Amino acid sequence: MSQQPTGTDNILELTNVTKRFGGLVAVDNVSLSIKRGEVFALIGPNGAGKTTLFNNVTGLFQPTSGQVVFDGRDITGSKPHEVARWGIARTFQNIRLFDYMSCLDNVRVGRHVRMKAKLWDSLFKLPRERREEERVTNEAMELLRFVGIARQANVYARNLPYGQQRRLEIARALATDPKLLLLDEPAAGFTPQEKMELMQLVKKILARGVTVFLIEHDMKVVMGISERIVVLDHGEKIAEGSPDEVRKDARVIEAYLGKSA
Amino acid sequence: MARLHLRERFKDRDTAIFGVLFLGALVFPIVTMFATGSSALIAQAGHAGTFVLLAIGLNVVVGFAGLLDLGYAAFFAIGAYTYALFASAQLGSSPLHHSYHLPFWLMIFVGMFVAAAAGAILGFPTLRLRGDYLAIVTLGFGEIVPQLSYNLPQWTGGINAIGGIDQPSLPAWITGPWAGANSISIIQGAACRVIGSGTSFAPCFSFGFDPIAYYALVVIMIIAAVILVGNLYRSRLGRAWMAIREDEVAAAAMGINTVTTKLLAFAIGASFSGFAGAYYGASIGLVSPDDFLFIVSITVLVMVVLGGMGSITGVIVGALAIYFVLNTFLPALPPFVENLANNVGLGFLNTQNGDWPGLAQETQRINFLVYGLILVLMMLLRPQGIFPSRVREQELKHAAVNEDEAAVEQVHAS
Repeated sequence: MSQQPTGTDNILELTNVTKRFGGLVAVDNVSLSIKRGEVFALIGPNGAGKTTLFNNVTGLFQPTSGQVVFDGRDITGSKPHEVARWGIARTFQNIRLFDYMSCLDNVRVGRHVRMKAKLWDSLFKLPRERREEERVTNEAMELLRFVGIARQANVYARNLPYGQQRRLEIARALATDPKLLLLDEPAAGFTPQEKMELMQLVKKILARGVTVFLIEHDMKVVMGISERIVVLDHGEKIAEGSPDEVRKDARVIEAYLGKSA
Repeated sequence: MARLHLRERFKDRDTAIFGVLFLGALVFPIVTMFATGSSALIAQAGHAGTFVLLAIGLNVVVGFAGLLDLGYAAFFAIGAYTYALFASAQLGSSPLHHSYHLPFWLMIFVGMFVAAAAGAILGFPTLRLRGDYLAIVTLGFGEIVPQLSYNLPQWTGGINAIGGIDQPSLPAWITGPWAGANSISIIQGAACRVIGSGTSFAPCFSFGFDPIAYYALVVIMIIAAVILVGNLYRSRLGRAWMAIREDEVAAAAMGINTVTTKLLAFAIGASFSGFAGAYYGASIGLVSPDDFLFIVSITVLVMVVLGGMGSITGVIVGALAIYFVLNTFLPALPPFVENLANNVGLGFLNTQNGDWPGLAQETQRINFLVYGLILVLMMLLRPQGIFPSRVREQELKHAAVNEDEAAVEQVHAS
């Protein structure tokens, strides 16, 4: 799944993106660009507007102003399902799996957008529909193996332990064949051991040719895997750079890590 | 592995239920003909079949996609009127001044498509609504359709209904000595339309009022519906419906166009209702607005919920059970109670006395209280439905989960 660069090195470019809710400015004039094949992290204190920024990229919200360009295409104001079709997948801060569907089915739903079966194919179980179903089942199993929960294929998603639910959400997102994967606090609530495993998983995802854009609170995780970091505070971008640069930035220390850090 | 074992049993359960239902459907007419010597019960079973079809269709909307539709009878009405208008003298007295007699076998599909189109037209502006709001809009639609047919007498006959609806006919060679010669009328010429509006030269037989013919027809329609809906359930579309039901935001983020997917659920659900409507018009021979009131929508919804939302076997059994309670059990209750009182020495309860109308009358009066109690009891005993839906069987033959997955997992974990 190697990436075919189309024109530019940047897979995602935000230009002056602003999101207002009434009088509240949740995202304030943020510009950033993510390079193909990197791990890019978005950090900031609670309520800094990180998830809102994600929602503006994935079409859940429409930016009040500004522009979102993905892979050379202006996707500002697109609907969530269009964004997914163009190659952005995401996970959610509060896990949003399909609770009463099996793990296998969760991942197969992720494959939906890459499937071709039309109503008539499914209604009459035409041979090409059967072949596609078989192929998708195999691909879904492969993804479950990739994130390490293949043994749970038949279990309801809600019955998985917490850490495996996070993995399943990643598998489901990968099933859409994304070029860019947005992870919203993937290590929240993880033990140190699970965090290590997650970092390895992110590296494996990167090796598949998927660019990773993540929100994370845990500084060890962020510093360990990301190549570049943007820091948001009160909706504004206050710093950008390599982990080392950000760590030394006075404003970041003040806003995020606290003065005593 | 114990879990997998349980799933096998679930799968067997559904197969077993389908087997029992199918055998029952085959044996039922033979047994009743021998036992009662009349086909009255078979006619009633044919009528019950209409409700089974309706329940299967509503299950797509409510059970699969999780959209609460309180006006489902409207699509039933649309199917029935579509057939009635184009297979009776009705349009001759309408502003069109020309009546049509299109064949049943064509109109049953036209009825399907018209109902599906009505579902899509209603769904398009309303499916952006969620939960309660959608329920209220469908409720309104369910009221509008019968009111329209009451108030457009030049088209629908209004309160007088549309009568004299054509009965289906088939080539005579389909019938034979096995069909019971006395109930078959062999006809020829203009009334003999099988396919297309032209005249067929081969002799035909008309279904007439032969309950067995309608019974056979509805059983075939139900089998077709079960196969088609079952296929949808185990498909890309079926998974998308379930995903929307579970979490609409996550479904959209996975690339599912939630509006068109819900619209499809609405249209497909409506199409089965239209299918059932055309059959209903043909079998009863009379289509009246009274047959499509709110109570019909609610009855079908009760069948779906009580049978087990999302489970095809469940809703079929639910439909049959509720139909039995409404049409056999409740009417039989007053005379039964009267006899019972006589036999246990409480015969004085049966005589009218002041405000007391007699036991049979009183039972008649509280009929729907009994119905309500039965519903409440069934929901208390089995809140998930008679045969609830199961985790779909997993096609693991192609992607076997076995012990070396454990090894794979170990490698990933380390």
